Amino acid sequence: MSVDGFLQRLRSEGRIVVVGASLAGLRAAETLRAEGFTGTLTLIGDEPYEPYDRPPLSKQVLLGRASAEHTALPRRRAIDAEWRLGVPATGLDMAAKRVRLADGDEVPYDRLLIATGVRARPWPNEAEAGLDGVFVLRTRDDAVALQRRLAEEPRRVFVIGAGFTGSEIASACHERGLPVTVAERGDAPLVGALGGVVGRVAAELQREHGVDLRTGVMVTRLEGDSAGRVRAAHLSDGSEVEADVVVVSLGATRNTEWLAGSGLGAGPRGIACDAGCRAFDIRGIVTDDIFVAGDVARSPHPLFGYQFLSLEHWGNAVSQAEIAAHNMLSDSVDRRPHMWVPAFWSSQFGVSIKSVGVPSMGTEILIAQGALAERRFTGVYGYQGRVIGAVTFDQTRWLEFYQHLIETTAPFPPPFPTVDRRSDGQRPLPADFPDPSVPTHGPTVTLSGYSPADRRITFTPGRH
Amino acid sequence: MTQASLLRQIIDYSNRPNPYPLYAELRNTPVVREPDGAYVVSTYWEIESLLHDPRVSSDARNLSVPPTDDLSEPEAQSALPPSFIRLDPPEHDRLRRMANRSFGPPHSPRRINDMRGELAEIVTGLIDGIGDTSRFDLVDQFSYPFPVTVICRLLGVPREDEPRFRTWVDTLVTGLDPRRGDDEAERNRVSNEARTQLGMYLAGLVEERRKKPGDDMLSQLTTGTHGADGSMTTIEVITTSVLLLIAGHETTVNLITNGMLTLLRHPEVLQRLREDPAYSVPIVEELLRYEPPVQLLPNRTVLTDVDICGVTIPKGASLWLVVASGNRDPKRFSDPETFDPDRGDIQHLGFGSGIHSCFGAPLARLEAQLALSELARRLDNPRLLEDPPEYRQSAVLRGPRHLALACDGIRP
Ligand SMILES: Cc1cc2nc3c(=O)[nH]c(=O)nc-3n(C[C@H](O)[C@H](O)[C@H](O)COP(=O)(O)OP(=O)(O)OC[C@H]3O[C@@H](n4cnc5c(N)ncnc54)[C@H](O)[C@@H]3O)c2cc1C
Repeated sequence: MSVDGFLQRLRSEGRIVVVGASLAGLRAAETLRAEGFTGTLTLIGDEPYEPYDRPPLSKQVLLGRASAEHTALPRRRAIDAEWRLGVPATGLDMAAKRVRLADGDEVPYDRLLIATGVRARPWPNEAEAGLDGVFVLRTRDDAVALQRRLAEEPRRVFVIGAGFTGSEIASACHERGLPVTVAERGDAPLVGALGGVVGRVAAELQREHGVDLRTGVMVTRLEGDSAGRVRAAHLSDGSEVEADVVVVSLGATRNTEWLAGSGLGAGPRGIACDAGCRAFDIRGIVTDDIFVAGDVARSPHPLFGYQFLSLEHWGNAVSQAEIAAHNMLSDSVDRRPHMWVPAFWSSQFGVSIKSVGVPSMGTEILIAQGALAERRFTGVYGYQGRVIGAVTFDQTRWLEFYQHLIETTAPFPPPFPTVDRRSDGQRPLPADFPDPSVPTHGPTVTLSGYSPADRRITFTPGRH
Repeated sequence: MTQASLLRQIIDYSNRPNPYPLYAELRNTPVVREPDGAYVVSTYWEIESLLHDPRVSSDARNLSVPPTDDLSEPEAQSALPPSFIRLDPPEHDRLRRMANRSFGPPHSPRRINDMRGELAEIVTGLIDGIGDTSRFDLVDQFSYPFPVTVICRLLGVPREDEPRFRTWVDTLVTGLDPRRGDDEAERNRVSNEARTQLGMYLAGLVEERRKKPGDDMLSQLTTGTHGADGSMTTIEVITTSVLLLIAGHETTVNLITNGMLTLLRHPEVLQRLREDPAYSVPIVEELLRYEPPVQLLPNRTVLTDVDICGVTIPKGASLWLVVASGNRDPKRFSDPETFDPDRGDIQHLGFGSGIHSCFGAPLARLEAQLALSELARRLDNPRLLEDPPEYRQSAVLRGPRHLALACDGIRP
């Protein structure tokens, strides 16, 4: 049978299975239908809900401004799918092309898309993690539970980890008028993602809003009372903070365990795939029928030295899903690469933070516009003489320009004047990222990997 | 024919009814250098990127040729300092932020939406008052009085004073017009004079509001404090309200009139709007693409040599962005010459883009949506009596001077 004939049959009567019924899964399903797929489409999700949006969970939902039930993702089109919600996939038989489900069912596929995302990294001590009042925030249920507890006006909230999510939680607590303490192992909030120069601005921002921010410390122990409710956190500097709510915000773990033993190149750092979203098997050979998208994927990016990027970014999940869906139905010459330039947003303490590119690769930063002291600025990150990333605090409208500099590997520091250049922007500063060998949570981008021309492209398990 | 004469033709009044074929020709060369050294950019992506380019300045002080040439804009030399539309960050940002506090989110998120009822009332009153339906002028009887009434209420300017400030505003808008020849110096002098007069008039109102603040923007600008930004000086309140007063009524007039003209030329769209007022939302977006009131943004400049499309725009050169042409760029929009409110994504340049994107956009949208859906609903069998209609002078703020209509009656 010709390849053409196969694709035609796949499009009209094939079976496509999507595991992970959230942002990437939904957008992929919609794209499949938009591109004319009329076969059977199955969406498998372990959560009992139809796809919903996560960014509001740490923002509007925690503030009580939107209810978690109303975060359902808007539908771009009807997808006429068979939904298998509330049931996790537990295994993959690559040879037989079947996905195993927890309820014992098996679902056969011609093409499979894996979009299982990540989950919150739990507090490592299980007993302490199980105390009443200890939360993580990743899902709708998490948000409902935490929101409800915040509404009971706890005397103090203790947030472990000042990455984006942790900082947003602190911001929401502050806005609700709740006393909040944040403990961060690094020197400043957001330091892993944006470096020390910007991290210090974030630290000031938190402190000025009354957050009790402790940096350079680790939480050693959570203590419960006799009723099994959390009552205090103990820190590595010997101090103790009394709190009746603790939110663990230590980054995420990829949902790949269910693929163990399947032969797919899936591990703690995600599922490696090529720029066309096709997954690698453990031998480093790209598969033809298994695709990956969203937070769980790691793919090489030509703009960043073909390094494998895994991004926990909303926009990345959407665009990767669209590319994966397109490629699932296309033969090789029509496939498209996923060349999305990483972009991320956050809002906290009334400031809108956006970044493009990969700031964490930067070694230097130039405050090209605005002023750090005003917390309204554009920072440009340089790496080996080129622009590699940019971040704005309340200056979103310039970001597109800097994205273009990144895309065209423009020289760093940019050799031209701009409007609103201030004294901060007279010369680049060291970006001040923590030593990568010292783990921090919070960076939403992790870098690793090798050139595709390099035979060592086979999947290797993570460092941590 | 040379490219330079293309811009002259665009500016020439005889081409006002339909400049679009000229724009199409202009786009053959996305960046054109005029004989006097100005650079004209006419394609969508190039305009869009320049609007987001921090090397592009709106501050006339950065022009290397002082703005005394025949393309100049009067504001630059007026006795009043420039308003925020003619400033760069950080001053621009600070003033715009303060103005926005009393206008839009996050501080006044509901201000515009809350005006819905009031706007609908004004619309109803104007339509009720049309009178003789065998011939009426939509501009004089509707498109002009509607936004003027709105901006007066919003700012707190007495509506009765309209005849007074109308002369000054007319003169100012004429001064905006890039014409060549005749007595430029005289024209600038007249413009500056008008701006100063308008400023003095508003200064009087500011004085009153300081003593007795009301619920209007003028009072809020005068008496408000804006956190870290502090408060506006009297001069800043005046320049800001001159800007809002002009921008708030000179653009929407054209949007509504261009809109009705376009709908009458597309009866099937008009019919759909009559049945479904919500259709006005995509209609207005498509209008902003297809017949934008602001056709070109003159007199920006660059702080350094900027390469675009293989052309180097030298530092200090005058830069003209022909947004109406960008809006019909076939590289950006499929079938760009067709008016199609159902097109998928309408990310037009009708409100500009970037930090100077139209401050009044939410109000303009709402006004136009209400106006067009009500006109569609209430005018019985409306007809154009002249097509094309008589246009206003301005090539920058393009729109009909009059729009003669007839209809069989006014529905309740
Ligand atoms: C609180 C919060 C705030 C955020 N804020 C921002 C922000 O401001 N900006 C931004 O760019 N991004 C933000 N993000 C990140 C963004 O939400 C993610 O990038 C996006 O959700 C990724 O989509 P995904 O579909 O790849 O993964 P997910 O949304 O994680 O979805 C994966 C789904 O697969 C399910 N699943 C896992 N394993 C299995 C299995 N074995 N079988 C069946 N189903 C399974 C999971 O339960 C989940 O429903 C935020 C995330 C969170 C949690």
